[in-house]
Amino acid sequence: MRFSFTPEQDEFRTSLRRALEARSPTKEVRRLMATEQGFDREGWKKLNQEMGLTAVHIPEAYGGAGFGCGELGIVLEEMGRSLLCAPFFSTAVLAATAILNAGTEEQKKALLPKIASGDVTATFAFSEDSGLNDAASVATTAIASGGSYKLDGTKSFVLDGHTADLIVVLARKPGSKGEEGLSFFTVDGTAAGLERRLLKTMDETRKLARLTFKGVEAKLLGAEGKAAAPFAKTLQQVIVCLANEMVGGAERLREDALAYVQMRMQFGRALASFQTMKHKAADMLVDVELAKSAAYYAAAALDESDPEVPMLASLAKASASEAYLQTAIHAVQMHGGIGFTWDNDTHLWFKRAKSSEILFGDANQHRETMMQNWGAGT
Amino acid sequence: MSDIMESDLTEEQARADVRAWLKANWDPELSLLEWRNKLVESGWGAPHYPKEWHGRGLPVKFNTPIDDEFAKVGAITVARAGIRTLAAATILDHGTDFHKQKFLRRILTGEDTWCQLFSEPGSGSDMAGAVTRADKKGNKWVINGQKVWTTSAHKAHWGLLLARANWDAVKHKGLAYFVLDMKQPGVQVHPLRQMNGHASFNQVFFTDAEVEPEMMICDVGDGWTVATTTLMHERRGADGLRTWAQASNRKGRIYEEEKAEIATTMEPYKWYPQRAGRVDLVMKRAKETGKIADPVVRQEIAKLLIMSKSAEWTARRARAAQNQGKPQGPEGSLGKLASSHVARQAARVHTYITGADALLSGADSPMEGVIAEILVSVPATSIAGGTDEIQRNIISERVLKMPKEPSVDTTKPFKDVPRNITAKA
Repeated sequence: MRFSFTPEQDEFRTSLRRALEARSPTKEVRRLMATEQGFDREGWKKLNQEMGLTAVHIPEAYGGAGFGCGELGIVLEEMGRSLLCAPFFSTAVLAATAILNAGTEEQKKALLPKIASGDVTATFAFSEDSGLNDAASVATTAIASGGSYKLDGTKSFVLDGHTADLIVVLARKPGSKGEEGLSFFTVDGTAAGLERRLLKTMDETRKLARLTFKGVEAKLLGAEGKAAAPFAKTLQQVIVCLANEMVGGAERLREDALAYVQMRMQFGRALASFQTMKHKAADMLVDVELAKSAAYYAAAALDESDPEVPMLASLAKASASEAYLQTAIHAVQMHGGIGFTWDNDTHLWFKRAKSSEILFGDANQHRETMMQNWGAGT
Repeated sequence: MSDIMESDLTEEQARADVRAWLKANWDPELSLLEWRNKLVESGWGAPHYPKEWHGRGLPVKFNTPIDDEFAKVGAITVARAGIRTLAAATILDHGTDFHKQKFLRRILTGEDTWCQLFSEPGSGSDMAGAVTRADKKGNKWVINGQKVWTTSAHKAHWGLLLARANWDAVKHKGLAYFVLDMKQPGVQVHPLRQMNGHASFNQVFFTDAEVEPEMMICDVGDGWTVATTTLMHERRGADGLRTWAQASNRKGRIYEEEKAEIATTMEPYKWYPQRAGRVDLVMKRAKETGKIADPVVRQEIAKLLIMSKSAEWTARRARAAQNQGKPQGPEGSLGKLASSHVARQAARVHTYITGADALLSGADSPMEGVIAEILVSVPATSIAGGTDEIQRNIISERVLKMPKEPSVDTTKPFKDVPRNITAKA
């Protein structure tokens, strides 16, 4: 297992960080999060193509760069750090991973190059109004009709669902239950009968939509009725990616809070000179570094197709959920009253920490999943 | 002898040389002392020591491959466990030829046992605040005061002593560093019983104990610098305390002798695995007791496993970066604090798993008292070897570059610094 980044990876991180610092200062984050779209289509396309971001982990055979989760993890960590407002997670992580896991060779050749090139944005709609992430909770139905299918039902908490050009949807054969009868479908974002409503989110940098399907035309992706396994695999990869994004955000919060207490004077001395601040800062470093280790390890395990991935993915997500939110709580506290204002940037990451904590399963849920995969089934 | 300097040896050549020497010399029917004398004379016992002092002047990095060759034939090494290795490292760095002549050989052969007389009841984290007195009377130094947390003091022949010889100097400049003969009337050793019932350490009382002037290492005032060397070697693990010595199962006179030596040396440390929390036992115990089915306990176990795994991976990240020649990142400084978190959570989890049986101890308790021992040993982890609070200071000051703690005791003569009243006036 690899435990450090190669010089090439370090270099990639440095240049990406520089690009994101230039393109996504918090002023820009604030501007974009206030828009309905949540991102700037032209600006994102340009940045994406310059840096080859959505292509990173897509194999070369499908128009991508063919890197692994190590590199994808770096991209996510840096995006978490900069809070870049762009449909990267939805397109490159959710949709591309689902297509890679489920699609036929022909479908991958048809769909992935457009994602890799940045011409198409996409997402993956699986959760419904319950907000659960398991196969059994899927109620949306797909009825075969001629050569294609008609989808009926509701998907919610769909990342960038209101803007995605292409939507991968998880739906089931009417009358089927649990993990049976589930299939992936692809739907055009502008299909007739599809109603997309932007949800008002606590974390405005992460746009979520509720999608209502009324007889929406859909194409089968992969094998009919066999979606349960690729769906589970996709979710594991998705939470490892999210964990890497989260530790990037946590580190940024930690650094900003530290810089603030170094600069802020009270009682005639820097806040950073108080031992209570020093000890808190040391604890924050431990929290963040341990969560980084878990996130990096899980990403490395994905690249090596380690059989422990189901356990490691949940471990990394549980760890990142706790560490990111705890860091955010400390960061607000270290800023004092200023940290509770809208003008101070801390709340942008605090809210991202909170939304990430819950998204795709909270720490309690993933600790339980981890235990089941540790040979502690009940 | 070729004209190639031995320090220019490659690792492969060093391996070949030691292999040939072992082939010619290793004999498990020798006594431990006979064998170790051979090691000392050949330089293969401590190949990184200078040639004139029982070594071969080889780079430290060759020690691992050379040890490996020893292990292959089952050959026993020089004595390494305990404080003696710290003594040797300190004497090599700061001692005179007299000290090296007198002590190094008997350290390597294991004939002499050592102890470290640094901590005091009034100065633990604040070690430079030592108040044990060293007064020059006539030609000798006379020692009065008390030390504590002294492993093996009751067996030691020699002690590394930090004592205050100048009370008019500032805190760090008034200390002297001595080698003290432990076998003298002025030295009294009493075991110090810990909250877990073991007595791995001692208290050492000095009443007009005497030290010959030539047994001082460096000048008065440089004692703290020398002590820092000893502590640095301790942190690097040069003392081997962190490696659990394993007696060989092989047959032969020498192995029997070694087994007895290991049993004696490691005796004080037998509860150390328990103080780290015994994460290895958690799943087995949870299944045995059926608590694995309790969703709350499952959550707590998972929290523990996440911490423990992440701490392990963090240490491996630090090592990997070091191997790549990268500058040390923050991940290298967190291990001590992380291990405290792990130990505390492990004790919590063992309690949940054990239930009412956690009220019991010794033979009445699960695993012949091992679980009970975990519960009452874990508090040592966040204190021994630098408290969590000191670790946080170190991390915040050295890694995060936050301001140093204000110092109120380093700018005036030490005699004017407020301090604890010593137990023995």
